[in-house]
Amino acid sequence: MNVRRVAETYARSGREILLFFRVVGLNFRHNLAIVSRLACFFLAGCLLFAGLARPQAPPQQQQIPTPPPASNPPQAAQTPPVTQAPPATQIPPAAQISPAHPTFTVVLDPGHGGTDDGARGSTGAVEKDLTLALARATRTQLQQQGLRVIMTRDTDVNPSFDDRAAVANAPRLAILISFHVSSTGQVGTARAYSYLFSTNVSPDDTPTLEPTAQPSKKLVSRLIPWETAQQAYGDTSHRLAEFIQTELVQKFPGSPASSTAFPIRDLRSVAAPAAAVELSSVSVKDAHALDPMIVSLAESVARAVTEFRPSYDTGTR
Amino acid sequence: MSRNLKITIAILTAAVIGGLLSLHGLQNRVNRLAKDQTSEVQARREVVAPPITSPSDVAARALIYWASTSSPDLLAPTPIDLQLASDPTVRSKQVLQALIANAPAPAHQTLPADANLLAFYVLPDGTAIADFSDELSSETPSGILSESLAVNSIALTLEANVPSLRRLKILIHGQEAETLAGHVDLTGYFDLHSVAPAAPAAQPAAPTPAADAPTKKP
Repeated sequence: MNVRRVAETYARSGREILLFFRVVGLNFRHNLAIVSRLACFFLAGCLLFAGLARPQAPPQQQQIPTPPPASNPPQAAQTPPVTQAPPATQIPPAAQISPAHPTFTVVLDPGHGGTDDGARGSTGAVEKDLTLALARATRTQLQQQGLRVIMTRDTDVNPSFDDRAAVANAPRLAILISFHVSSTGQVGTARAYSYLFSTNVSPDDTPTLEPTAQPSKKLVSRLIPWETAQQAYGDTSHRLAEFIQTELVQKFPGSPASSTAFPIRDLRSVAAPAAAVELSSVSVKDAHALDPMIVSLAESVARAVTEFRPSYDTGTR
Repeated sequence: MSRNLKITIAILTAAVIGGLLSLHGLQNRVNRLAKDQTSEVQARREVVAPPITSPSDVAARALIYWASTSSPDLLAPTPIDLQLASDPTVRSKQVLQALIANAPAPAHQTLPADANLLAFYVLPDGTAIADFSDELSSETPSGILSESLAVNSIALTLEANVPSLRRLKILIHGQEAETLAGHVDLTGYFDLHSVAPAAPAAQPAAPTPAADAPTKKP
């Protein structure tokens, strides 16, 4: 009796549902298809969300072994044991650095090019070709370490000083190394240079803000003058040049022990740490004598970049 | 030994002895020719850039910075006797002209021998403006090292002999040049830190390798 009543109830409900769909003008099978599709989309969305969320977890775990700033060891000592950085032996070497830091970019600038030969030796050595060979060899060394490398020129062209600086100013976290080969100097020596601005500034040269331009003061202070863009990076550039010179001394006996600060035009408009490296010289008796020097110089520069990077990567720009 | 062979050997021996005797004369002739070339450059310079004199000139010892004898990559102060004026502008011209023209040997030259100082001004704030001829730019060997030596030799020579100067601006033929010969930036100023006037020299006209100057701070 009860079963019969229940069956009648279900039948009545079914008839009412069918009647409802008939009233709204849709057929039951059609609605079922729509509902099933919506369910599929919902399920796919859930899966997609779960899939996108998953890769974000590992970088949070990898942040733990990031080397602390070399210039600030006391802070690492004060860090609680749970989040304390592991000892230096556990830090992955720079050679294994993956593109986990894709923004760090090394811009290599082969000097001269195109119609500008640069220095010329009596045996046919031409500076523009040698600088390109130096930059390519250095690029190979740096790319083997997983670093991102950009060249200001990779063919026989001559970009302007500003075009070269613009290449270095585009990435957010970059350094620039400019290559040169001198026409003088003791053969087989090499020198690293950073830019040094004049410190004796005449009162007439000091830029002044208009007294009425109060609202634009903040804007003005944030702008970097193109002509003196390197000025804010003097100390960092000097440190980069010192790293390079330290390596050069080991490979090129007779080179100076420390780098030199001098106004090198290539570096002036670079808004990033920048150094110039000059090898002596095109005045070799045999042009092929420079080939091993190119390899040695590339290795030295690559090693210096590796050593310089942690102090810059973890510091403020 | 036949007679003909003896004659041949005697002739050859006489020729060898004659050649050996003439060697010394040949060497003297080559030296004389080299000296004539130097004097030709000096003669041209005397026409293009006559000696700068003023009524206040007094004999004084100046320190001129040329390339060092021990290492051509460094500069060394060399004391020489000059007639120097008390006026900073004239005095600067005199020491710069000596820097260009009075190098003890071509290997010590830091500026091209054909370069000329066209004009020299001193502004009231101590800024020195040195205007050189095109040769300074076109004949300086291309390279950071050679260009920095050229600029440093000018700056250090002025610094050692004209203490009132504060900074230096280099012009090429009256115009501001972007670089000296492709590397060193000439659009800015080079700092001149005041130092004591020229020290008494122990060995005039002889470079002092022990006093190699470090690279000048711009």
